[in-house]
Amino acid sequence: MRLAFKIALRFLKSGRGQTILIVLGISVGVAVQLFIGSLIQGLQINLLETTIGSSSHITINPTNEEKTIDNYDRVLYETNISSPEIINISPAVDGPSNLDYEEDIVQVLIRGFNIEDADKIYKINSNIYEGRAPERKDEVIIGKDLALKSGLKLGDDAVIITPGGGSLKLNIVGLYDLKVASINETWLITSMETAQDILSIDDKITSVEMQVKEEFDADIIAKDLSYTLSQEDLKVDNWKDQNQSLLSGLNGQSVSSVMIQVFVLVAVLLGISSVLAISVVQRSRQLGILKAMGIQDRDASLIFVFQGLMLGVIGAFLGIALGFGLLIMFTKFAVNPDGSPVVPIYINNGFIALSGLFALLSATIASLIPARISSKLNPIEVIKNG
Amino acid sequence: MANMIELKKIDKVYGEKIKTQVLFGIDLKFEEKGFNSIIGESGSGKSTLLNIIGTLDKPTSGQVFIDGKRTDTLSKSELAVLRNKTMGFIFQFHYLLPEFTAKENVLMPYRIQNYNITREIDKWADELLELTGLTKVKNNLATDMSGGQQQRTAIARALINKPKIILADEPTGNLDSDTSETIYSILRDINENYKTTFVIITHDKRIAEKTDRIIEIKDGKINMDVKR
Repeated sequence: MRLAFKIALRFLKSGRGQTILIVLGISVGVAVQLFIGSLIQGLQINLLETTIGSSSHITINPTNEEKTIDNYDRVLYETNISSPEIINISPAVDGPSNLDYEEDIVQVLIRGFNIEDADKIYKINSNIYEGRAPERKDEVIIGKDLALKSGLKLGDDAVIITPGGGSLKLNIVGLYDLKVASINETWLITSMETAQDILSIDDKITSVEMQVKEEFDADIIAKDLSYTLSQEDLKVDNWKDQNQSLLSGLNGQSVSSVMIQVFVLVAVLLGISSVLAISVVQRSRQLGILKAMGIQDRDASLIFVFQGLMLGVIGAFLGIALGFGLLIMFTKFAVNPDGSPVVPIYINNGFIALSGLFALLSATIASLIPARISSKLNPIEVIKNG
Repeated sequence: MANMIELKKIDKVYGEKIKTQVLFGIDLKFEEKGFNSIIGESGSGKSTLLNIIGTLDKPTSGQVFIDGKRTDTLSKSELAVLRNKTMGFIFQFHYLLPEFTAKENVLMPYRIQNYNITREIDKWADELLELTGLTKVKNNLATDMSGGQQQRTAIARALINKPKIILADEPTGNLDSDTSETIYSILRDINENYKTTFVIITHDKRIAEKTDRIIEIKDGKINMDVKR
């Protein structure tokens, strides 16, 4: 076995041109595979982050007539113990209402949160560009687009017409920008107490929102949660059920990305295989004499397996380096006007390791054909006089 | 004297559909320490015979005994071990591994069984290189030597495992007559010093005449067998 390794090493060293060619082939393959894979992954993570990063992944909604949850402490407790995957649990008091400003009356959505909890989902605090978050009763923050439309400013009073017909003044203590126009235009974020008052639902809430650690497990976790909840009139929704088209889009993208990667690898595999097969033919005389001298068939084929392995290792490392180079170049040159990369690249160590491993594996598989030829080689076919 | 090689009723037929019989019922014995030559025209079957003796080829029928051991019942890997330990091959072409130096090539058959080179075997390799006059070029790559040097390296390589048998197929076929003379005197010295049995195929009558026994193969049969 060590002899086979030594011979393999010498073969690679002496056929330097050939070796460099194969290594380059593998590296380019690995680099392209790594680049495409990381790009698509980055794209998907980015897309997912913008779509559901700052929203509720699982929402508990009441199904009773009043559309309220009575004993919500219990619901919160049960949600909390349902799964360690569940994070950022936030009770909400939501309801439609109307905002009356000088020129017009517009429909708005009152969202009463426990600001501290809701901040973990919506990043409210960091998105307030003027003022502060509501702290006391009858304080509210409004979105950028609503502020522009209505002309309301920080410190103004917003006049709310409650569903019951009464009117109420809320002091605007902050302006936010959650980067989604429809939210910025309609949400009036306030404390739970204030919202309960406006909607006159006493000490009840209207939904419980939460996020999960693994977005793609949301449906499974939601199912578990609905089993855990003891209250009858509750319904558990999750983002996956509500975003089927996004999901199938992501899926299609993943599949095509995997396809491209597989074909790149197949091309690499065929390349290595053919070059190694040629090298068996080139060295058939030497292999013939080695066999005449008593080398075992197994060792004769190991020579080529070792060659494949070594080429794979070097190719994988070079390819990963090259792939990183490509990614860095991409984030440097393909940029938005503000200088941020078009697609932020996420470095996934597992994926890189997998890429390298696949390269190694394909190089080894590619060497099996020449190894077989070498093993089958009959010395008298090559050792013929004349 | 004991027989080192014994052939019993060897037939060899090539081809599946169109059969060509190359050897016809060859019975032959080679004694220990013998220096034998096989002559014959090209196509007479002498190389096939040598390949069958060397277990590189299998007879269609008949048996081959090497050092008293029947070979047709051995597996491929057992045959490889037998070849490695008891036989040395010298061909018309040297078949050295061009990626290795002369000395590394000489050590190759030993390395096939034991990867680690002992001090004794290293010394033995040097002795063989000395014997074949290659001490100066022993660290040259196989490609950086003359034809004669390459063939002498192949001879040293055939001897490294101290085989009981050396099989040589036109060992000087590619060399000029002076170099051929040197090669034969080396082979003869080895025969006398190490009691190695030689079977040499040659078409050179002058060389054949220097051997102890000449066997002529004609149309796949033994036409003449003379001992001196």
